[in-house]
Amino acid sequence: MSIIDRVSLPVATEGAIIPSPQNLARLGSPMIDISHVEKVFITVRNERIHALHDISLNVADREFVTIVGPSGCGKSTLLKILGGLLGATSGAVTLAGTPVQKPRTDIGIMFQSPILLPWRTIIENVLLPTEIQRLPKVKARERARDLLNMVGLAEFENKYPMELSGGMQQRAAIVRALINDPRILLMDEPFGALDAMTREQMNLDLQRIWAESGKTVVLITHSIPEAVFLADRVVVMSARPGRIQRIIDVPIPRPRSIEVMGEPLFGRMTADIRRLLYGLEDGKGPQLGGGIT
Amino acid sequence: MNAPFDPRMAQAQPLKPPGRLTLLLRTKPELILAPVLLVAILGLWEWAIPYFEVPQYIMPPPSAVGLALWRGLNEGLFSRGGYWLHSGVTIGEVLLGFVFGSGAGLILGTVISQFRLLEATLRVYLVAIQALPKIALAPIIVMWFGFGLTSKVVIIALLTFFPLLVTSMAGFRAVEPERLELMRALGANRWQMFWKVRLPSALPYIFAGLDMAAVFSIVGAVVGEFVGAQRGLGTLILSMNAQMDTAGTFSVFIILSVLGIIMHSMMRILERRVLFWSGDTHRTMGN
Repeated sequence: MSIIDRVSLPVATEGAIIPSPQNLARLGSPMIDISHVEKVFITVRNERIHALHDISLNVADREFVTIVGPSGCGKSTLLKILGGLLGATSGAVTLAGTPVQKPRTDIGIMFQSPILLPWRTIIENVLLPTEIQRLPKVKARERARDLLNMVGLAEFENKYPMELSGGMQQRAAIVRALINDPRILLMDEPFGALDAMTREQMNLDLQRIWAESGKTVVLITHSIPEAVFLADRVVVMSARPGRIQRIIDVPIPRPRSIEVMGEPLFGRMTADIRRLLYGLEDGKGPQLGGGIT
Repeated sequence: MNAPFDPRMAQAQPLKPPGRLTLLLRTKPELILAPVLLVAILGLWEWAIPYFEVPQYIMPPPSAVGLALWRGLNEGLFSRGGYWLHSGVTIGEVLLGFVFGSGAGLILGTVISQFRLLEATLRVYLVAIQALPKIALAPIIVMWFGFGLTSKVVIIALLTFFPLLVTSMAGFRAVEPERLELMRALGANRWQMFWKVRLPSALPYIFAGLDMAAVFSIVGAVVGEFVGAQRGLGTLILSMNAQMDTAGTFSVFIILSVLGIIMHSMMRILERRVLFWSGDTHRTMGN
């Protein structure tokens, strides 16, 4: 294994993949700027756990970046650092031009479980961030209704979470993350707990929501097809210490339908990523071309 | 877009209400069997007392207990021989002691829980005190506070304090960390975290404590009155026992049972109101 392969520009496989021009254009103004982030945890027994090593990544405005990696590669830690929930040991994270030090309202965050408060109705759950920020109620409610409508939960605003299916709950969580109109949406395996069909539906919905709302999205997932389907770029991480193994451009045109998953290009990309994750490649990456910086 | 088809929604149609009594009996035969069982036991008891020539001061038949109950309730509101005055005194003690004791336990448990070091330091002692038979202090408390209302209220408060202290601490400790992390991500301050997440999350535990305290409060009142009091259902039991009025004692026992059931039911009703969401809390996680 060579040290760290960080590919910041699109790579082509056997000439089949051509970097899309709009992606290159997006790279011009980074919305998220992660530079040389390290994270070391000290356990109670005074052991050092090197969770993240030299993570550098730029995400452009309105870009959709997904992160895949084996369990324990520190991808959730990275997301928490982006969201201001954890501090980096060294290195810097800048979102929309300002360094991240604590949770901010211009960042929406979503977790694997929807974490809806069971004593609040759906709309009350969705309005929670606006209550915490003490925003004007009438306006917030209007916006909540619009967003619930967008995700197809308009008739469920007065239901309690337990009355909704898992997919619907996660939709409500998306709306909650969007209610403060953040510029950036961070998602930590948001659909990991859903069944396969609901998950595909949620992927389609998320693509649409992303396109309509113009957010910059960083999404962590265990599912390689999901990572490829949603992303402009897929960041492949490896474990111990967690670092970026490869960044792969996804040149599949949008909007993508679910049939995209059946296309040969899609299959090739998922296969390549799978090989990377299983360590079948020694980091040189013949399939994905050179591009080692 | 439309919400996807969700089979759980489709199944949520209410059952048809049973039109006839027979249908109810077929689906819930216990509604008949339970009262039948009660009547059978009372009948057997009524028959067995004269049959085995059990003296009434050892074991009165149900009819004698019923008669004593009726007589006691038929007395005037303020008659010292009747049940109303004593019941009123006991109920007053119970309510005051319950409110002060469980209230103080809840407040202290809540405050302690907000400071992790304080909680960790005190926990071992509080759990140890919880295990002590505090009822054994009743004679000392009567000695300190006299034969009046105060000593009983103090005993009940002491008994109801610890259930609330311990359960509220357990409740605050059990708050899902994911909920707190969400609140942190949303930029909530301590105060907002407490009111919007910690307290509601701890409520199921707190209500379990209130339920316990409700039972303890009646035990405390009776024991306190046994030890030293001028009025109350406990003193009534003592004086009836001295006169070998066993039927009367049993009838007071019925009143105490009813009081206990009422306290418990009030807690349940309150709980169902406040915790309507609680039965399904776990279903909302991760499915």
